[in-house]
Amino acid sequence: MIHILVHDKKDTVGVAVVEGIKAGQELTGWVMEDDSTIIVKALNDIPIGHKVATQSIKNGQTVIKYGFDIGKAVSEIKVGEHAHTHNIKTKRW
Amino acid sequence: MINNKTTFWGYRRENGRVGVRNHVIILPLDDLSNAACEAVAHNIKGTVSIAHPYGRLQFGADLDLHFRTLIGAGCNPNVAAVVVIGIEESWTNRIVEAIAKTGKPVTGFGIELHGDHSTILRASQVAKQYVQWASELQREQCPISDLWVSTKCGESDTTSGCGANPTVGNAFDKLDPLGVTMCFGETTEITGGEHIVAERCATPQVREQFMKMFDRYQAVIERHKTSDLSDSQPTKGNIAGGLTTIEEKALGNIQKIGKKCKVIGVLDKAEIPTHPGLWFMDSSSAAAEMVTLCAASGYAIHLFPTGQGNVIGNPIIPVIKLCANPRTVRTMSEHVDYDCSGLLQREKNLDQSGDELLEVLIRTCNGRLTAAEALGHNEFVMTRLYESA
Repeated sequence: MIHILVHDKKDTVGVAVVEGIKAGQELTGWVMEDDSTIIVKALNDIPIGHKVATQSIKNGQTVIKYGFDIGKAVSEIKVGEHAHTHNIKTKRW
Repeated sequence: MINNKTTFWGYRRENGRVGVRNHVIILPLDDLSNAACEAVAHNIKGTVSIAHPYGRLQFGADLDLHFRTLIGAGCNPNVAAVVVIGIEESWTNRIVEAIAKTGKPVTGFGIELHGDHSTILRASQVAKQYVQWASELQREQCPISDLWVSTKCGESDTTSGCGANPTVGNAFDKLDPLGVTMCFGETTEITGGEHIVAERCATPQVREQFMKMFDRYQAVIERHKTSDLSDSQPTKGNIAGGLTTIEEKALGNIQKIGKKCKVIGVLDKAEIPTHPGLWFMDSSSAAAEMVTLCAASGYAIHLFPTGQGNVIGNPIIPVIKLCANPRTVRTMSEHVDYDCSGLLQREKNLDQSGDELLEVLIRTCNGRLTAAEALGHNEFVMTRLYESA
Protein backbone atom coordinates (compact mmCIF):
# COMPACT_ATOMS: atom_id res chain seq x y z
CA MET A 1 0.00 0.00 0.00
CA ILE A 2 1.36 3.40 -1.01
CA HIS A 3 0.36 6.16 1.43
CA ILE A 4 2.26 9.09 -0.02
CA LEU A 5 3.59 9.96 -3.44
CA VAL A 6 6.76 11.99 -4.06
CA HIS A 7 7.37 13.31 -7.58
CA ASP A 8 11.08 14.09 -7.57
CA LYS A 9 14.02 13.02 -5.39
CA LYS A 10 14.71 16.68 -4.57
CA ASP A 11 11.17 17.17 -3.19
CA THR A 12 10.77 18.05 0.48
CA VAL A 13 7.06 17.16 0.59
CA GLY A 14 4.91 14.20 -0.51
CA VAL A 15 1.16 13.89 -1.25
CA ALA A 16 -1.20 11.62 0.73
CA VAL A 17 -2.92 9.37 -1.80
CA VAL A 18 -5.07 7.36 0.62
CA GLU A 19 -7.84 8.45 2.95
CA GLY A 20 -7.65 8.37 6.73
CA ILE A 21 -3.93 8.76 7.54
CA LYS A 22 -3.62 9.13 11.33
CA ALA A 23 -0.92 10.74 13.50
CA GLY A 24 1.69 8.17 14.48
CA GLN A 25 1.09 6.02 11.40
CA GLU A 26 4.12 4.79 9.47
CA LEU A 27 3.72 5.89 5.83
CA THR A 28 5.17 4.20 2.77
CA GLY A 29 6.16 6.74 0.14
CA TRP A 30 6.73 6.09 -3.58
CA VAL A 31 9.33 8.35 -5.17
CA MET A 32 8.20 8.40 -8.80
CA GLU A 33 11.43 9.78 -10.28
CA ASP A 34 13.58 6.74 -9.45
CA ASP A 35 10.85 4.30 -8.33
CA SER A 36 12.33 4.13 -4.83
CA THR A 37 10.49 3.81 -1.52
CA ILE A 38 10.75 5.94 1.61
CA ILE A 39 9.22 5.57 5.08
CA VAL A 40 7.90 8.59 7.01
CA LYS A 41 6.08 8.64 10.36
CA ALA A 42 3.04 10.95 10.28
CA LEU A 43 3.02 13.54 13.07
CA ASN A 44 -0.55 14.67 12.29
CA ASP A 45 -3.67 13.29 10.67
CA ILE A 46 -3.22 13.91 6.90
CA PRO A 47 -6.33 14.19 4.66
CA ILE A 48 -6.10 12.63 1.19
CA GLY A 49 -4.44 15.02 -1.26
CA HIS A 50 -2.70 17.01 1.47
CA LYS A 51 1.04 17.17 1.83
CA VAL A 52 3.38 15.78 4.45
CA ALA A 53 6.99 16.94 4.87
CA THR A 54 9.43 14.22 3.85
CA GLN A 55 12.43 16.30 4.92
CA SER A 56 12.75 18.88 7.68
CA ILE A 57 12.11 22.39 6.37
CA LYS A 58 13.36 25.51 8.16
CA ASN A 59 11.31 28.68 8.57
CA GLY A 60 11.84 30.76 5.39
CA GLN A 61 13.24 27.84 3.41
CA THR A 62 11.96 27.11 -0.12
CA VAL A 63 9.61 24.13 -0.32
CA ILE A 64 10.33 21.77 -3.24
CA LYS A 65 7.76 19.68 -5.16
CA TYR A 66 8.05 18.34 -8.74
CA GLY A 67 11.72 19.30 -8.21
CA PHE A 68 10.72 22.99 -8.28
CA ASP A 69 9.98 25.90 -5.93
CA ILE A 70 6.35 25.90 -4.73
CA GLY A 71 6.71 28.64 -2.09
CA LYS A 72 8.36 29.23 1.28
CA ALA A 73 7.87 27.81 4.75
CA VAL A 74 6.55 30.38 7.24
CA SER A 75 7.40 28.21 10.23
CA GLU A 76 9.58 25.20 10.81
CA ILE A 77 8.09 22.01 9.35
CA LYS A 78 9.21 18.69 10.83
CA VAL A 79 9.48 15.43 8.92
CA GLY A 80 6.03 13.83 8.98
CA GLU A 81 4.21 17.10 9.68
CA HIS A 82 1.16 18.28 7.71
CA ALA A 83 2.44 20.88 5.20
CA HIS A 84 -0.21 23.30 3.92
CA THR A 85 -1.43 26.91 4.03
CA HIS A 86 -0.72 27.21 7.78
CA ASN A 87 3.04 26.74 7.26
CA ILE A 88 3.69 27.41 3.51
CA LYS A 89 3.01 30.62 1.55
CA THR A 90 3.35 31.61 -2.10
CA LYS A 91 6.31 33.76 -3.22
CA ARG A 92 4.15 35.28 -6.01
CA TRP A 93 1.45 37.93 -6.06
CA MET B 1 -2.88 2.10 -29.12
CA ILE B 2 -3.50 4.91 -31.55
CA ASN B 3 -1.33 5.49 -34.60
CA ASN B 4 -1.55 7.29 -37.93
CA LYS B 5 -4.08 4.69 -39.18
CA THR B 6 -6.48 5.48 -36.33
CA THR B 7 -9.82 6.86 -37.44
CA PHE B 8 -12.97 8.15 -35.77
CA TRP B 9 -16.55 8.64 -36.95
CA GLY B 10 -17.22 12.31 -37.45
CA TYR B 11 -19.38 14.76 -39.36
CA ARG B 12 -17.44 16.36 -42.20
CA ARG B 13 -18.77 19.88 -42.68
CA GLU B 14 -19.04 21.99 -45.82
CA ASN B 15 -15.66 23.66 -45.14
CA GLY B 16 -13.83 20.36 -44.56
CA ARG B 17 -13.62 20.59 -40.78
CA VAL B 18 -14.80 17.54 -38.83
CA GLY B 19 -17.18 17.61 -35.88
CA VAL B 20 -18.02 14.90 -33.37
CA ARG B 21 -21.52 16.18 -32.59
CA ASN B 22 -24.37 17.35 -34.80
CA HIS B 23 -25.97 20.27 -32.98
CA VAL B 24 -28.50 22.73 -34.33
CA ILE B 25 -28.02 25.78 -32.13
CA ILE B 26 -30.26 28.76 -31.44
CA LEU B 27 -27.75 31.54 -30.81
CA PRO B 28 -28.69 34.83 -29.15
CA LEU B 29 -26.72 37.91 -30.19
CA ASP B 30 -27.48 39.51 -26.82
CA ASP B 31 -29.05 39.01 -23.39
CA LEU B 32 -32.39 40.41 -24.61
CA SER B 33 -32.76 37.61 -27.15
CA ASN B 34 -32.35 34.73 -24.72
CA ALA B 35 -36.10 34.40 -24.11
CA ALA B 36 -36.90 34.02 -27.82
CA CYS B 37 -34.03 31.53 -28.28
CA GLU B 38 -35.20 29.48 -25.29
CA ALA B 39 -38.73 29.46 -26.73
CA VAL B 40 -37.52 28.25 -30.15
CA ALA B 41 -35.41 25.50 -28.51
CA HIS B 42 -38.47 24.51 -26.49
CA ASN B 43 -40.63 24.37 -29.62
CA ILE B 44 -38.19 22.42 -31.79
CA LYS B 45 -36.85 19.28 -30.13
CA GLY B 46 -33.23 18.46 -30.79
CA THR B 47 -32.09 22.07 -30.92
CA VAL B 48 -30.14 23.78 -28.17
CA SER B 49 -30.31 27.41 -27.09
CA ILE B 50 -26.98 29.01 -26.12
CA ALA B 51 -28.16 31.62 -23.63
CA HIS B 52 -25.65 34.16 -22.27
CA PRO B 53 -25.85 37.48 -20.42
CA TYR B 54 -23.97 39.89 -22.73
CA GLY B 55 -23.95 41.74 -26.02
CA ARG B 56 -25.16 45.26 -25.27
CA LEU B 57 -23.02 48.40 -25.27
CA GLN B 58 -19.75 46.54 -25.45
CA PHE B 59 -17.01 48.25 -27.44
CA GLY B 60 -13.46 47.91 -28.72
CA ALA B 61 -11.53 44.72 -28.03
CA ASP B 62 -14.28 43.49 -25.67
CA LEU B 63 -16.88 43.75 -28.45
CA ASP B 64 -14.51 42.06 -30.90
CA LEU B 65 -14.16 39.17 -28.45
CA HIS B 66 -17.95 39.00 -28.06
CA PHE B 67 -18.40 38.60 -31.82
CA ARG B 68 -15.42 36.24 -32.14
CA THR B 69 -16.86 33.98 -29.43
CA LEU B 70 -20.39 33.82 -30.89
CA ILE B 71 -19.19 33.48 -34.49
CA GLY B 72 -16.67 30.84 -33.41
CA ALA B 73 -19.35 28.88 -31.56
CA GLY B 74 -21.53 28.93 -34.68
CA CYS B 75 -18.64 27.96 -36.96
CA ASN B 76 -17.56 25.06 -34.71
CA PRO B 77 -17.73 21.80 -36.71
CA ASN B 78 -19.87 20.19 -33.98
CA VAL B 79 -22.62 22.55 -35.15
CA ALA B 80 -24.63 21.53 -38.23
CA ALA B 81 -26.79 24.63 -38.54
CA VAL B 82 -27.49 27.87 -36.70
CA VAL B 83 -30.45 30.16 -36.02
CA VAL B 84 -29.30 33.57 -34.74
CA ILE B 85 -31.68 35.92 -32.91
CA GLY B 86 -30.76 39.48 -31.91
CA ILE B 87 -32.64 42.54 -30.73
CA GLU B 88 -31.87 44.29 -34.02
CA GLU B 89 -30.82 43.11 -37.45
CA SER B 90 -27.50 44.82 -38.09
CA TRP B 91 -25.33 43.04 -35.50
CA THR B 92 -27.42 39.88 -35.95
CA ASN B 93 -26.49 39.84 -39.64
CA ARG B 94 -22.83 40.37 -38.80
CA ILE B 95 -22.90 37.01 -37.01
CA VAL B 96 -24.98 35.32 -39.73
CA GLU B 97 -22.65 36.47 -42.52
CA ALA B 98 -19.52 35.28 -40.69
CA ILE B 99 -20.99 31.84 -39.95
CA ALA B 100 -22.30 31.55 -43.53
CA LYS B 101 -18.67 31.59 -44.77
CA THR B 102 -18.32 28.01 -43.47
CA GLY B 103 -21.06 26.97 -45.90
CA LYS B 104 -23.37 25.69 -43.18
CA PRO B 105 -27.06 26.70 -43.05
CA VAL B 106 -27.60 29.82 -40.94
CA THR B 107 -30.45 32.33 -40.69
CA GLY B 108 -30.83 35.41 -38.49
CA PHE B 109 -33.84 37.20 -37.03
CA GLY B 110 -34.09 40.67 -35.50
CA ILE B 111 -36.77 41.18 -32.85
CA GLU B 112 -37.35 44.92 -33.33
CA LEU B 113 -40.43 45.78 -35.50
CA HIS B 114 -41.63 42.18 -35.03
CA GLY B 115 -41.77 41.34 -31.32
CA ASP B 116 -41.07 38.02 -29.66
CA HIS B 117 -44.15 36.16 -30.94
CA SER B 118 -43.51 36.66 -34.63
CA THR B 119 -39.75 36.13 -34.19
CA ILE B 120 -40.24 32.88 -32.31
CA LEU B 121 -42.72 31.65 -34.94
CA ARG B 122 -40.45 32.42 -37.90
CA ALA B 123 -37.27 31.19 -36.19
CA SER B 124 -39.04 27.96 -35.12
CA GLN B 125 -40.07 27.28 -38.72
CA VAL B 126 -36.44 27.54 -39.86
CA ALA B 127 -35.11 25.61 -36.85
CA LYS B 128 -37.50 22.73 -37.64
CA GLN B 129 -36.20 22.52 -41.21
CA TYR B 130 -32.60 22.61 -39.97
CA VAL B 131 -33.03 19.93 -37.33
CA GLN B 132 -34.77 17.55 -39.75
CA TRP B 133 -32.06 18.16 -42.35
CA ALA B 134 -29.27 17.66 -39.79
CA SER B 135 -30.85 14.45 -38.51
CA GLU B 136 -30.12 12.80 -41.85
CA LEU B 137 -26.43 13.72 -41.94
CA GLN B 138 -24.23 10.64 -41.56
CA ARG B 139 -20.98 10.19 -39.70
CA GLU B 140 -18.04 9.16 -41.83
CA GLN B 141 -14.67 7.63 -41.05
CA CYS B 142 -12.08 10.38 -40.60
CA PRO B 143 -8.33 10.25 -39.94
CA ILE B 144 -7.21 11.16 -36.44
CA SER B 145 -5.42 14.19 -37.95
CA ASP B 146 -8.87 15.76 -38.50
CA LEU B 147 -9.37 15.97 -34.74
CA TRP B 148 -8.98 19.16 -32.67
CA VAL B 149 -8.59 18.52 -28.91
CA SER B 150 -8.38 21.12 -26.14
CA THR B 151 -7.60 20.74 -22.45
CA LYS B 152 -8.12 22.62 -19.21
CA CYS B 153 -8.29 21.26 -15.66
CA GLY B 154 -10.62 22.31 -12.85
CA GLU B 155 -11.27 21.93 -9.13
CA SER B 156 -7.74 20.59 -9.12
CA ASP B 157 -6.08 19.08 -6.12
CA THR B 158 -2.72 17.43 -5.65
CA THR B 159 -3.96 14.22 -7.31
CA SER B 160 -4.47 16.24 -10.52
CA GLY B 161 -0.73 16.84 -10.74
CA CYS B 162 0.05 13.23 -9.78
CA GLY B 163 -2.38 11.40 -12.06
CA ALA B 164 -5.07 13.09 -14.14
CA ASN B 165 -2.99 15.91 -15.66
CA PRO B 166 0.01 13.70 -16.56
CA THR B 167 -2.48 11.29 -18.20
CA VAL B 168 -3.63 14.11 -20.50
CA GLY B 169 0.04 14.98 -21.08
CA ASN B 170 0.79 11.40 -22.08
CA ALA B 171 -2.19 11.43 -24.48
CA PHE B 172 -1.07 14.77 -25.97
CA ASP B 173 2.46 13.41 -26.49
CA LYS B 174 0.88 10.57 -28.50
CA LEU B 175 -1.56 12.78 -30.47
CA ASP B 176 1.04 15.41 -31.39
CA PRO B 177 3.02 13.32 -33.94
CA LEU B 178 -0.28 12.25 -35.59
CA GLY B 179 -1.07 15.78 -36.73
CA VAL B 180 -3.81 16.52 -34.20
CA THR B 181 -4.54 20.19 -33.42
CA MET B 182 -4.41 20.80 -29.66
CA CYS B 183 -4.47 23.62 -27.15
CA PHE B 184 -4.04 24.51 -23.51
CA GLY B 185 -4.22 27.88 -21.76
CA GLU B 186 -5.11 29.27 -18.30
CA THR B 187 -2.56 32.08 -18.36
CA THR B 188 -2.53 32.95 -14.65
CA GLU B 189 -2.54 29.33 -13.61
CA ILE B 190 0.90 28.85 -15.10
CA THR B 191 2.36 31.23 -12.49
CA GLY B 192 5.34 29.43 -11.01
CA GLY B 193 5.72 27.13 -14.02
CA GLU B 194 6.01 29.76 -16.76
CA HIS B 195 9.73 29.00 -17.18
CA ILE B 196 8.84 25.40 -18.05
CA VAL B 197 6.29 26.43 -20.69
CA ALA B 198 8.76 29.00 -22.05
CA GLU B 199 11.38 26.27 -22.47
CA ARG B 200 8.86 24.16 -24.38
CA CYS B 201 8.11 26.88 -26.94
CA ALA B 202 9.24 25.73 -30.39
CA THR B 203 10.96 28.98 -31.39
CA PRO B 204 12.28 32.16 -29.72
CA GLN B 205 9.41 34.07 -31.39
CA VAL B 206 6.77 31.84 -29.82
CA ARG B 207 8.56 32.10 -26.45
CA GLU B 208 8.50 35.88 -26.69
CA GLN B 209 4.79 35.90 -27.60
CA PHE B 210 4.00 33.52 -24.74
CA MET B 211 5.93 35.58 -22.18
CA LYS B 212 4.25 38.76 -23.42
CA MET B 213 0.82 37.20 -22.81
CA PHE B 214 1.94 35.85 -19.43
CA ASP B 215 3.38 39.21 -18.29
CA ARG B 216 0.31 41.11 -19.48
CA TYR B 217 -1.97 38.88 -17.40
CA GLN B 218 0.32 39.22 -14.35
CA ALA B 219 -0.03 42.99 -14.69
CA VAL B 220 -3.84 42.62 -14.63
CA ILE B 221 -3.58 40.66 -11.39
CA GLU B 222 -1.18 43.20 -9.87
CA ARG B 223 -3.49 46.06 -10.82
CA HIS B 224 -6.67 44.58 -9.34
CA LYS B 225 -5.59 42.33 -6.50
CA THR B 226 -6.58 43.17 -2.96
CA SER B 227 -4.57 40.38 -1.33
CA ASP B 228 -2.14 37.66 -2.36
CA LEU B 229 -5.09 36.01 -4.18
CA SER B 230 -5.06 33.24 -1.60
CA ASP B 231 -8.87 33.35 -1.63
CA SER B 232 -9.10 32.96 -5.40
CA GLN B 233 -6.03 31.26 -6.84
CA PRO B 234 -5.71 28.54 -5.54
CA THR B 235 -9.49 28.32 -5.02
CA LYS B 236 -11.11 27.22 -1.78
CA GLY B 237 -11.74 23.86 -3.45
CA ASN B 238 -8.08 23.56 -4.46
CA ILE B 239 -6.97 24.31 -0.89
CA ALA B 240 -9.46 21.83 0.58
CA GLY B 241 -7.90 19.33 -1.80
CA GLY B 242 -4.42 19.99 -0.48
CA LEU B 243 -3.00 22.51 -2.97
CA THR B 244 -1.21 25.26 -1.03
CA THR B 245 0.22 27.84 -3.45
CA ILE B 246 -0.24 29.02 -7.04
CA GLU B 247 3.24 27.69 -7.86
CA GLU B 248 2.25 24.18 -6.76
CA LYS B 249 -1.02 24.42 -8.70
CA ALA B 250 0.80 25.64 -11.81
CA LEU B 251 3.40 22.86 -11.75
CA GLY B 252 0.54 20.35 -11.55
CA ASN B 253 -1.44 22.16 -14.24
CA ILE B 254 1.30 22.05 -16.87
CA GLN B 255 1.65 18.29 -16.57
CA LYS B 256 -1.15 18.41 -19.17
CA ILE B 257 1.29 19.33 -21.94
CA GLY B 258 3.23 16.13 -21.47
CA LYS B 259 6.96 15.71 -21.78
CA LYS B 260 7.58 16.00 -25.52
CA CYS B 261 5.04 18.31 -27.23
CA LYS B 262 6.39 21.68 -28.30
CA VAL B 263 4.26 24.80 -28.08
CA ILE B 264 4.11 25.81 -31.73
CA GLY B 265 2.18 29.06 -31.37
CA VAL B 266 0.00 31.27 -29.24
CA LEU B 267 -3.64 32.19 -29.75
CA ASP B 268 -5.59 35.18 -28.57
CA LYS B 269 -8.90 34.33 -26.86
CA ALA B 270 -11.23 32.48 -29.29
CA GLU B 271 -8.69 32.80 -32.11
CA ILE B 272 -8.65 29.93 -34.61
CA PRO B 273 -5.37 27.99 -34.96
CA THR B 274 -3.96 27.75 -38.46
CA HIS B 275 -2.22 24.37 -38.38
CA PRO B 276 -1.79 21.18 -36.30
CA GLY B 277 0.26 20.98 -33.12
CA LEU B 278 0.00 22.28 -29.55
CA TRP B 279 -1.13 25.90 -29.13
CA PHE B 280 -1.21 28.08 -26.03
CA MET B 281 -4.35 30.21 -25.73
CA ASP B 282 -4.24 33.31 -23.55
CA SER B 283 -7.29 32.64 -21.40
CA SER B 284 -9.01 32.74 -18.06
CA SER B 285 -8.45 29.78 -15.73
CA ALA B 286 -12.18 29.65 -14.90
CA ALA B 287 -13.46 26.35 -16.29
CA ALA B 288 -16.55 27.39 -18.23
CA GLU B 289 -14.88 30.51 -19.66
CA MET B 290 -11.88 28.57 -20.92
CA VAL B 291 -13.90 25.68 -22.40
CA THR B 292 -16.22 28.18 -24.12
CA LEU B 293 -13.18 29.90 -25.67
CA CYS B 294 -11.91 26.49 -26.87
CA ALA B 295 -15.30 25.83 -28.50
CA ALA B 296 -15.13 29.25 -30.16
CA SER B 297 -11.63 28.48 -31.47
CA GLY B 298 -13.01 25.44 -33.26
CA TYR B 299 -11.91 22.62 -30.95
CA ALA B 300 -14.23 19.63 -31.26
CA ILE B 301 -13.61 17.82 -27.98
CA HIS B 302 -12.14 18.64 -24.59
CA LEU B 303 -10.12 16.70 -21.99
CA PHE B 304 -10.88 17.95 -18.47
CA PRO B 305 -8.91 16.52 -15.55
CA THR B 306 -10.37 17.21 -12.11
CA GLY B 307 -9.32 16.41 -8.55
CA GLN B 308 -12.07 17.55 -6.20
CA GLY B 309 -14.77 17.13 -8.85
CA ASN B 310 -15.64 19.97 -11.23
CA VAL B 311 -18.97 19.19 -12.95
CA ILE B 312 -18.65 21.43 -16.04
CA GLY B 313 -20.03 20.71 -19.51
CA ASN B 314 -20.45 22.77 -22.67
CA PRO B 315 -23.28 22.97 -25.22
CA ILE B 316 -20.92 22.86 -28.23
CA ILE B 317 -18.11 20.47 -27.30
CA PRO B 318 -18.14 17.24 -25.27
CA VAL B 319 -16.11 17.61 -22.06
CA ILE B 320 -14.43 14.37 -20.95
CA LYS B 321 -13.70 14.27 -17.20
CA LEU B 322 -10.88 12.25 -15.77
CA CYS B 323 -9.95 11.96 -12.14
CA ALA B 324 -7.20 10.33 -10.07
CA ASN B 325 -8.64 11.10 -6.63
CA PRO B 326 -10.19 7.86 -5.32
CA ARG B 327 -12.50 9.75 -2.96
CA THR B 328 -13.92 11.92 -5.78
CA VAL B 329 -14.30 8.89 -8.04
CA ARG B 330 -16.29 7.24 -5.25
CA THR B 331 -18.40 10.20 -4.15
CA MET B 332 -19.01 11.81 -7.59
CA SER B 333 -18.86 8.82 -9.90
CA GLU B 334 -21.66 10.10 -12.14
CA HIS B 335 -19.36 12.94 -13.31
CA VAL B 336 -16.28 10.87 -14.13
CA ASP B 337 -15.69 9.52 -17.65
CA TYR B 338 -12.28 8.04 -16.93
CA ASP B 339 -11.04 6.90 -13.52
CA CYS B 340 -7.23 6.99 -13.38
CA SER B 341 -6.92 6.66 -9.59
CA GLY B 342 -5.10 3.35 -10.11
CA LEU B 343 -2.05 5.41 -11.10
CA LEU B 344 -1.60 6.56 -7.52
CA GLN B 345 -1.37 3.00 -6.24
CA ARG B 346 0.99 1.90 -9.03
CA GLU B 347 -1.77 -0.39 -10.37
CA LYS B 348 -1.10 1.03 -13.83
CA ASN B 349 1.59 3.21 -15.34
CA LEU B 350 1.25 6.54 -17.10
CA ASP B 351 1.60 4.99 -20.53
CA GLN B 352 -1.36 2.67 -19.89
CA SER B 353 -3.39 5.49 -18.42
CA GLY B 354 -2.72 7.67 -21.50
CA ASP B 355 -3.80 4.83 -23.80
CA GLU B 356 -6.99 4.24 -21.84
CA LEU B 357 -7.86 7.93 -21.97
CA LEU B 358 -7.29 7.95 -25.75
CA GLU B 359 -9.68 5.02 -26.06
CA VAL B 360 -12.33 7.00 -24.14
CA LEU B 361 -11.55 9.99 -26.37
CA ILE B 362 -12.15 8.02 -29.59
CA ARG B 363 -15.32 6.39 -28.25
CA THR B 364 -16.62 9.82 -27.26
CA CYS B 365 -15.75 11.20 -30.70
CA ASN B 366 -17.69 8.30 -32.21
CA GLY B 367 -20.80 9.34 -30.34
CA ARG B 368 -20.65 8.07 -26.77
CA LEU B 369 -22.17 10.74 -24.56
CA THR B 370 -19.95 12.17 -21.84
CA ALA B 371 -21.11 12.24 -18.22
CA ALA B 372 -21.61 16.01 -18.55
CA GLU B 373 -23.74 15.58 -21.69
CA ALA B 374 -25.88 12.89 -20.04
CA LEU B 375 -26.31 15.11 -16.97
CA GLY B 376 -27.25 18.14 -19.09
CA HIS B 377 -24.29 20.39 -18.26
CA ASN B 378 -24.38 23.19 -20.85
CA GLU B 379 -22.25 25.95 -19.37
CA PHE B 380 -21.59 28.61 -22.02
CA VAL B 381 -19.71 31.47 -20.36
CA MET B 382 -18.32 34.37 -22.35
CA THR B 383 -15.13 36.13 -21.28
CA ARG B 384 -15.49 39.90 -20.78
CA LEU B 385 -12.47 42.20 -20.89
CA TYR B 386 -13.90 45.33 -19.20
CA GLU B 387 -17.00 47.42 -18.43
CA SER B 388 -19.66 48.25 -21.04
CA ALA B 389 -19.91 51.75 -22.49
